[in-house]
Amino acid sequence: MEQPKLLVHDHKDMVGVVVVEDLVADNDVLAVITEDNSSIRIDVLQAVPIGHKIALRDIADGETIIKYGQDIGKAVAAIRKGEHVHTHNVKTKRW
Amino acid sequence: MSQDYTDLEFQGWRRENGRMGVRNHVIILPLDDLSNAACEAVANNIKGTMAIPHAYGRLQFGEDLELHFRTLIGTGSNPNVAAVVVIGIEDQWTKRVVDGIAATGKPVTGFGIEGTGDIMTIAKASRVAKDYVQWASELPRETAKLSELWISAKCGESDTTTGLASCPTVGNLYDKLIPLGLYGCFGETSEITGAEHLARERAISPEVGEKWYKMWQSYQDDVIMAHKTDDLSDSQPTKGNIAGGLTTIEEKALGNLEKIGKKCRYLDALEPAEAPSKGAGLYFMDTSSAAAECVTLMAAAGYVLHLFPTGQGNIIGNPIVPVIKITGNPRTVRTMAEHVDIDVSGVLRRDLTLPEAGDKLIELCVRTANGRFTAAEALGHREFVMTKLYRSA
Repeated sequence: MEQPKLLVHDHKDMVGVVVVEDLVADNDVLAVITEDNSSIRIDVLQAVPIGHKIALRDIADGETIIKYGQDIGKAVAAIRKGEHVHTHNVKTKRW
Repeated sequence: MSQDYTDLEFQGWRRENGRMGVRNHVIILPLDDLSNAACEAVANNIKGTMAIPHAYGRLQFGEDLELHFRTLIGTGSNPNVAAVVVIGIEDQWTKRVVDGIAATGKPVTGFGIEGTGDIMTIAKASRVAKDYVQWASELPRETAKLSELWISAKCGESDTTTGLASCPTVGNLYDKLIPLGLYGCFGETSEITGAEHLARERAISPEVGEKWYKMWQSYQDDVIMAHKTDDLSDSQPTKGNIAGGLTTIEEKALGNLEKIGKKCRYLDALEPAEAPSKGAGLYFMDTSSAAAECVTLMAAAGYVLHLFPTGQGNIIGNPIVPVIKITGNPRTVRTMAEHVDIDVSGVLRRDLTLPEAGDKLIELCVRTANGRFTAAEALGHREFVMTKLYRSA
């Protein structure tokens, strides 16, 4: 069975988590949605460390980021599908 | 493993008050910082005893002093402790701790140093400690249902794998064992920020949810907001969390809350170190999110085993409670193997399901309750950290 390189908690999520070490830019990467074990494929645009997130679709500056089906903060820059999502382009709404 | 968890048993010690312990410690407990030296000397004299030094106990007052007493009395009262020697600078406060522990029925004796000096106190306390350890070493284990255990949970050095694998593994254990009579506990008040709407809904009733929410709001207003000097982005998530891929406090909180499973509802929101009093089930405790402080408070409330999911590799232990480390991060499994009790990285590879991971953890709880040392016990991690609410007088 092909091992997924990304896991996604919920169908509503806009980001997936890298679950393998040494992921580099790659086409057609397998992502599994743990909610129901369904899968999607995505082109990853850059190397992203294990545990870090990748955008599953284009995200506009200011848009709310959804993970676990919940609000985890807002984009502070435009993010392209397949790009690394972290503190450089997402901030909490709390502080 | 059998899917019928009701038959699972372990071998532990039944204490005078009926509670089951999984360790058989004789502890030398200082009332205050000044008494650490005498306690360590007694523990050095009498093999098989353990001193639990800490930094506080002088000129505390009000709610902070009450918490100090509750933590010390709770630590001595924990079923993992067979007998206690308490040493304090003054007789009066020492006696308060001794009386509190004695209410459980277990052997406890206190010594005051003032007017006697360290050397004579150490000699007298050592004789009592020797009697206690010889008595405790002959106490037989007895068989009990696994569901008689009180098992707390708190995660640390979290990353995104915590929310995917190690925290939901704990949640799966709670979903399976809490309906059978297990006592569970989660805390980390400030680290539920971002998931407070979900935590509130998981209370057994709207009243308990409201009590929880007030606790959370008060931690936000009186601790976090009252003392912050920046926008907190450098503190929550921590540098380790961020290195592990967690971006915001909300993301961290949602992963954290995976620990309480999908079905359990908490029966009460406890004060720090407060023993649960509403029967078997899940409880929330108002705690700091710092690992040692939180585990110390849960141990003082009577929990005898602790489940600690970690992503980047927290190494915490506790003097009286075995702390089981669970990680789903394959890099941490590789780089910090000596700290990992259970590897659930198969959940990320999709070759281990969460129910299977939960079963593995239940099996490890049985083995640990039966006496298997955790990684933290083998490595000598005995972090005992009192929670201090404000400056002393």
